[in-house]
Amino acid sequence: MTSTLLLISGVAALALAWVNSMTMGPIAEAEKQKIETAIKEVLPEFDQLVIGKVKSFDSGDSLTVYYGMKGDDTTGIAVESFTKEGFSGLITMMVGFLPDGTINNTKVLTHAETPGLGTKMMEDKFKNQFVQKNPTSFKLVVKKDGGDVDAITASTITSRAFCDGVDRAYKSIWKGGNE
Amino acid sequence: MEYIVLVISAIFVSNIIFAQFLGVCPFLGVSKKISTAVGMGGAVVFVMTLSTLVTYLIQVYLLNPLNLQYLQTIVFILVIASLVQMVEIILKKTSPPLYQALGIFLPLITTNCAVLGVAIMVITKEFNLGEALVFAVSTAVGFTLALVIFAGIREQLDLMGVPKGMRGIPIALVVAGILSLAFMGFANLV
Amino acid sequence: MNQWKNFTKGFIKENPVLVLLLGMCPTLGVTTSAINGIGMGLATTFVLVMSNIIIALIKNFIPSSVRIPAFIVVIASFVTIVDLSMKAYVPALHAQLGLFIPLIVVNCIVLGRAEAFASKNNVFSSMIDGVSMGLGFTFALALLGSIREVLGSGSIFNYKFIPAEMDGILVFVLAPGAFIALGYLIAIINSLKKQ
Repeated sequence: MTSTLLLISGVAALALAWVNSMTMGPIAEAEKQKIETAIKEVLPEFDQLVIGKVKSFDSGDSLTVYYGMKGDDTTGIAVESFTKEGFSGLITMMVGFLPDGTINNTKVLTHAETPGLGTKMMEDKFKNQFVQKNPTSFKLVVKKDGGDVDAITASTITSRAFCDGVDRAYKSIWKGGNE
Repeated sequence: MEYIVLVISAIFVSNIIFAQFLGVCPFLGVSKKISTAVGMGGAVVFVMTLSTLVTYLIQVYLLNPLNLQYLQTIVFILVIASLVQMVEIILKKTSPPLYQALGIFLPLITTNCAVLGVAIMVITKEFNLGEALVFAVSTAVGFTLALVIFAGIREQLDLMGVPKGMRGIPIALVVAGILSLAFMGFANLV
Repeated sequence: MNQWKNFTKGFIKENPVLVLLLGMCPTLGVTTSAINGIGMGLATTFVLVMSNIIIALIKNFIPSSVRIPAFIVVIASFVTIVDLSMKAYVPALHAQLGLFIPLIVVNCIVLGRAEAFASKNNVFSSMIDGVSMGLGFTFALALLGSIREVLGSGSIFNYKFIPAEMDGILVFVLAPGAFIALGYLIAIINSLKKQ
């Protein structure tokens, strides 16, 4: 009877190994696609991308950075940033800057926030207030804490986390060190 | 400090039943009396902690090094099912009174999605072993708390005149909804 | 057995969620919108149909003492297949449903049908049973998802029918709304059944 169970488990493991090898390519492709779409969304027009890494300004983690190039000019910088302060933990996001540090656009990549509350961070009403703002003059903190950002109603924690992620992207480029 | 936040958030803010909807089946099934609710809660605390410990070690020392992450679901559920069986046998031999108290709830726990849910959650949240264990214990305590509060209300509910169509599960679900609303009040605690 | 009756039972008469009250966790967890409900329902249907077929095929070779673990292995394999395929081809939906996809493995409906139906009937009946139960589950999730989306976000299938500046009755998208909406839905079914 144990042998039957072992046989079934063996067949199952083999089948899964096969499915895993079949889907590995498409999964990687889907992830790549997601990053590329996000970059296109947050950066102004560019011809080619140069990929680099910077150290996060407050920890040892390194962030992936994409420089959008048009000829020899840098048109914008996209940073794959993150925050651990979300209501349900980790939020990863792509933040696009113009070369002078002005925020061009933002795009959330992964999150586990509450549907209907925290997910409003992806809606225009909230995220558009970051567009074309320069963090030197625009304080990336919610108004409740003395900053310039209108928090989402009933989702102050998510709003704070979002600001933290954008802030990490900004400070890591302009105040961190290149690797 | 971080551990305190983790405990409070697992018990109150992201309560496994009221905020994450895991373990709703046993929640509705064994919550008619406070005494059974306590028994079930005890069994869940025990099994959830043990299974999270074992599945965590398997993930970190077996599946990750061998690149077998895709076997996670199948391995975890088998581990949980066999653990529950083992706990049942060991309890029966070594501690008959405890077996009397928890025994009948053990078979129900295999299909309690909260147990598998927590095992997977500690992996996706990238907890270390200490955090994983604290999270498992406090989630189970949150489950027990929800179960006991709910059982207390349902004992009273039996004495009320509830409209025919609402009797049983429907009124229980509505009560759970109101409790869930109350638990949302903890949201700004952390 | 009358296959037509076998096919239609899952929708209303033996609807797994609304009448048999099984699989409550995914029902409450993923129905923040109609699309999510349907996605989860179809994923579960696939697992249900495939595991029913395989279990009906191999039921005579499995000693009854290892029956349940064997069923769990079969079910868990199909769950992993669904998980990986969704991650590859519908990554956005996969991210929305998240944890609830691997948790199909502990959905009482799947193991329940394997034990109560597939292990006693032939392959064809078991397949029909899986389709019926799966679509019934999908129907219930889509219904609850639509109700919550209409009330909570003022939209249906992501099409917003109230002014963009307005919000729905937010509580229906949140956790409490899930419990309350499902409670009333079951109450309505209960009262309809009695007449």
